[in-house]
Amino acid sequence: MTTASPSGALPALPFSAEEVTALRADFPILHQQVNGKPLAYLDNGASAQHPRSVIDAEADYYRHDHSNIHRGVHTLSQRATDAFEAARHKLQRFINARSEREVILTRGTTESINLIAQSWGRTFLQPGDEILVSRLEHHANLVPWQIVAGQTGAVVRPIPITLEGEVDFQGFLDLLTPRTRVLALAHVSNSLGTINPVEKFIAVARERGIVTVIDGAQAVPHMAVDVQALGCDFYAFSGHKLFGPTGTGVLYGREALLEAMPPWMGGGDMILEVRFEGTTFNTLPHKFEAGTPNIAGFIGLGAAVDYVQQAGLGRIAATEEALLHYATAQLQAVPGLRIIGTAPNKAAVISFVVDGIHPHDLGTILDQEGVAVRTGHHCAMPVMEFFDVPATARASFAFYNTPAEIDQLVGALHRARELFC
Amino acid sequence: MDLKDLYRDVILDHNKRPRNFGVLAVPPAHEARGANPLCGDTLRVWVQLDGERITDVKFEGKGCAISVASASLMTEAAIGHTVAEVQAQFERVHNVFTHHDAPLDPALGKLAALAGVRDFPARVKCASLAWHTLNAALAAATAGQPAATPPTVQTE
Repeated sequence: MTTASPSGALPALPFSAEEVTALRADFPILHQQVNGKPLAYLDNGASAQHPRSVIDAEADYYRHDHSNIHRGVHTLSQRATDAFEAARHKLQRFINARSEREVILTRGTTESINLIAQSWGRTFLQPGDEILVSRLEHHANLVPWQIVAGQTGAVVRPIPITLEGEVDFQGFLDLLTPRTRVLALAHVSNSLGTINPVEKFIAVARERGIVTVIDGAQAVPHMAVDVQALGCDFYAFSGHKLFGPTGTGVLYGREALLEAMPPWMGGGDMILEVRFEGTTFNTLPHKFEAGTPNIAGFIGLGAAVDYVQQAGLGRIAATEEALLHYATAQLQAVPGLRIIGTAPNKAAVISFVVDGIHPHDLGTILDQEGVAVRTGHHCAMPVMEFFDVPATARASFAFYNTPAEIDQLVGALHRARELFC
Repeated sequence: MDLKDLYRDVILDHNKRPRNFGVLAVPPAHEARGANPLCGDTLRVWVQLDGERITDVKFEGKGCAISVASASLMTEAAIGHTVAEVQAQFERVHNVFTHHDAPLDPALGKLAALAGVRDFPARVKCASLAWHTLNAALAAATAGQPAATPPTVQTE
């Protein structure tokens, strides 16, 4: 049910037409015109849209329950605390962490990885230690390692990628030395869509005591993630790519590692007792959560997790795979179009370039046709360098997208070619 | 808004066949480099002066149609003119890019083709990069700065 014929016939979708209509009705933003054309939102990899239940959860919290958390004895503070911690509990079950102590709430994937680098890395990395970072990584899983390498004298080494856009497993094995301390790897590449077989990498790293840091920002919206089954030490993701609010994120960490790590930000909520002579830090997960968090945002994220689970991650993944196959076939038929990133196992992300048309011109032309795609280097400049392109256009799909929207994208690309070629 | 307002035939033509694309020897020419870190566009502009007069301009770089066409049109508008004349033209062009309703000064000539970008705010910096880079090259040349260290301009 997930394959389109080579001619690009309409794919069989796991949701019925009525279900798709009902699902799309849950997302108010999708129903608008952009530049006089119906919006085709194909930029979900940058940020996904929100179902009404998420928007309502945030708004209802502000209307009825808002106060600061973990502080007052009054009713609103208790309600706010309960709702916030209930969201943490949902997130814990969503990724199958052992306990809520392993679920640190952050501003997003970027903050999660910076937390690991500055707390674990700065404490435990020694001069000459080696940090392996794949060439596929988003800057958020590269730059924090460069910074901590500069602070500690550790060294960042790139794991090569193949022409298909996969992380080279043999290349990884070849890089292992007794000084290898960290493996930083994306579960799904944001720029190319490659799904990395992270289990294989993690298994090797574990045998050698290498700390594994998985960037799951592009994975959690598309597939069921079980951090215990993966066996990684850290797993980071963002709420806003999971149909939740911006400014919310999660850092999963194995409890033993988190216990050994010092706080990286000091302030309220992360302490038990403060005296000028010295301060006792709070227990997990609060030790890493200084200051008032995005309470409403996490309540919204909890609602997003509910929504995704109700829709069914299996059906979501199958829908996206069907859209990916259909879009791949349709795009390949556009003259002069080249898809960058052709791994056999991909999430619903297609990066492409068109001969004679710069991606930024494409972005403007597609926008005039109501089609929203990302254009640029996708915060992955080493990937662009590897494929020798300054930038690409990237269409990224969610389960609420339709084959008709892919047809709209293809029609807009033909319009661009008429103008330019 | 119509796409043809942005991608006029003059723009498409200069994108396909950029004029004065290439390098000048340094010295006697002066160079400046421009970069748009957000989109990855890079540009190099060379100018050669004879006293106050610009005798040659060349450019090289990678960028979108708007940035390439703007650079190409700019070289044509600069060659043979004085530094003061080109600076005045820079002001007029800058005014067009940043003021939505400003009337088009007839002195813009062919450069009026660039006016379409004002309806596409996300693309203004694509069009202005070449002009800022030329300005930096002219400033370096007139200040007699050593040509070995070209100034770098970034747009954001």
